[in-house]
Amino acid sequence: MAINWFKYSAPSTFYGLAGKLIPFFAWPAAALFAFGLYIGFFVAPTDATQSEAYRIIFLHVPASILSMFIYLIMAGYAALGLIFNTRLSSMMAQALAPTGALFAFISLWTGALWGKPMWGAWWVWDARLTSELILLFLYLGFIALQASIEDPRRADRASALLAIVGSVNVPIIYFSVKWWNTLHQGSTIKFSGTSMHVAMQEAMFAVLVACWLYAIAVSLARVRSIILEREANTQWVNELKEVRS
Amino acid sequence: MNWSEFFAMNGYAFYVWGSYGVALLVFAIEIALVRNRRKQTLRTLRLMRDEMGESA
Repeated sequence: MAINWFKYSAPSTFYGLAGKLIPFFAWPAAALFAFGLYIGFFVAPTDATQSEAYRIIFLHVPASILSMFIYLIMAGYAALGLIFNTRLSSMMAQALAPTGALFAFISLWTGALWGKPMWGAWWVWDARLTSELILLFLYLGFIALQASIEDPRRADRASALLAIVGSVNVPIIYFSVKWWNTLHQGSTIKFSGTSMHVAMQEAMFAVLVACWLYAIAVSLARVRSIILEREANTQWVNELKEVRS
Repeated sequence: MNWSEFFAMNGYAFYVWGSYGVALLVFAIEIALVRNRRKQTLRTLRLMRDEMGESA
């Protein structure tokens, strides 16, 4: 397939493309989320040791995975913007940060609500939990730094450095359950296979894909506003039918 | 299994529904904020364009 990728690295062309793509991510996200929750609550059996409380896993694990992946993608875009001076990559990094922060928050929130009945504590200063909390702060720091510098290109460069340096935290989160003795359990899904019931795996996988699609849809919607804000006063923006009307 | 048993989650209702409820609320708020930002951005752009038109 011959696609001219450089064509879409221009904010003016990407703006239109993003608008067309959003529904193709948003609707499957909603459908898969509903499907995953249906399997998770009505098909997956009750857990032998954790009873019904384990059902938090269908949200907790996907949210945690997304919080880490979105960070790496955000740092990747920020690095591209820093190295190649491409405006759109920096805008994408800026668009991903709030969604990543929300997933980090959901991961911590569902973790607390799961920790209380299972460990007897909402929070412990365990390596896994602490590094995930640092991830949330890194997202918030990125957003705050971007917002605090008036010149957008300087803000991009400063926040890119923060994002790149902060990405060391992601492998720390991932391997924390192996490197340290943590209260948090090890990975449920391993490369060597899993002990999980098939319906449980299906539910978790469906919600994971739904979260991915949601994150893409909402970031594309957000980047469209960022593009318009940053490209204000350019001819192509003033000629858009949504601006002309 | 009846519905009241389902919602009771065998005593874990607060934890399970507290997790899913807050997550759905967070998604709903994010969607509302993104939509609102677009509306605000377009409004600002139209104002800027109108001002430019008057000064020209």
